[in-house]
Amino acid sequence: MDPRLHIIDKRLQDIKRIIAVSGGKGGTGKSSVASVLALTLAKNGYRTGLLDLDFGGPSAHIILGVEGLFPEEDKGLIPPDVSGIRFMSIIYFTGNNPAPLRGKEISNAIIELLAVTLWGELDFLIIDMPPGMADTTLDVIRLIRRMEFILVTTPSRLAIEVAKRELAVLQELHLPVLGLIENMLTTRQYTGVADKAAGRQVTSLGSIDFDSTLEHAIGNVDKLLQTKFAKQLSSYHPLK
Amino acid sequence: MHEWALAESVITTVVDEIRLNNIRKVTKVDVMVGELQQIDLEIFRFALENVMKTYELSLESKAIRIAIEKNILRCEVCGKIWSFGDAGCRLGEDEAEAIHFIPEIAHVYIRCPECSSPDFEIVKGRGVWIKTIEGER
Repeated sequence: MDPRLHIIDKRLQDIKRIIAVSGGKGGTGKSSVASVLALTLAKNGYRTGLLDLDFGGPSAHIILGVEGLFPEEDKGLIPPDVSGIRFMSIIYFTGNNPAPLRGKEISNAIIELLAVTLWGELDFLIIDMPPGMADTTLDVIRLIRRMEFILVTTPSRLAIEVAKRELAVLQELHLPVLGLIENMLTTRQYTGVADKAAGRQVTSLGSIDFDSTLEHAIGNVDKLLQTKFAKQLSSYHPLK
Repeated sequence: MHEWALAESVITTVVDEIRLNNIRKVTKVDVMVGELQQIDLEIFRFALENVMKTYELSLESKAIRIAIEKNILRCEVCGKIWSFGDAGCRLGEDEAEAIHFIPEIAHVYIRCPECSSPDFEIVKGRGVWIKTIEGER
């Protein structure tokens, strides 16, 4: 009997909504969407948490400019406040070192982190999901039962095909999918991701243009919120 | 895992089992803790006593037995078997604390003493599990 599995539901019980930002393919901007979505929600007065579960390539901390923080210990770990977000990531424990973990070990580390983190009361917990639909993602789906999904893709056929496959798995598992975000559009032309996925009855949450200013805003929350990326995302997000 | 979080997870599991199996009195709970968790047993027992009160669970403290499982690590590359306590595995305070919270962080700070690979399996000595819960209905 693994007692950690008994405590995870309790750790998440005071969170109203848990939104996983996923999409299957790496490099589509999931971490940027998750981080800026969390910032936008916090700015709008929602009590918001952000959990980076991409243990293979954690990057939300870089986007938010997190440095020199560690969770407070008080009968568990309390995520530090980062620009109004309660932020938890494996980087507090790994520092800048790589974490060469196999799938089973990533799952164990995720269980440990979920069992020890004290989120308190939140309106939203945004989760930056790992890419792919391998054992880690399936374990997260199994452990966090109230997740709703936002899928992020780019207009690339490669990304769209992977997102469609993830969508098929989520729908087969009867998990709620809030919709698709088409990120990094290089032209104003609508590429019709939603139409392409229409056979699977998923909503388009909108498109976000490729924003060359985003790279320069990484690590600076104020600049991030001023980007076109953030403005487009805040007008599209489905949580209003 | 932090001792208090660990204690709370153990007690909630016991409470769930009592409810599921209509147990009137719990007589024995065997808890196994992996050595890599590096828990402080005194703090853990203190936490168990306190968390029990929060959950209104009345259980004699001696009913909870805690055993530590020694760790065994095995290199996936060269097959070397060793343990965290061996010479050459001495870590700084921050690294040891990180492993205390998440034992898999061992892969960040420990290397195979034979071939220096970070690709090793934690064969034994990680995690926490309840081996048995006994009681009277």
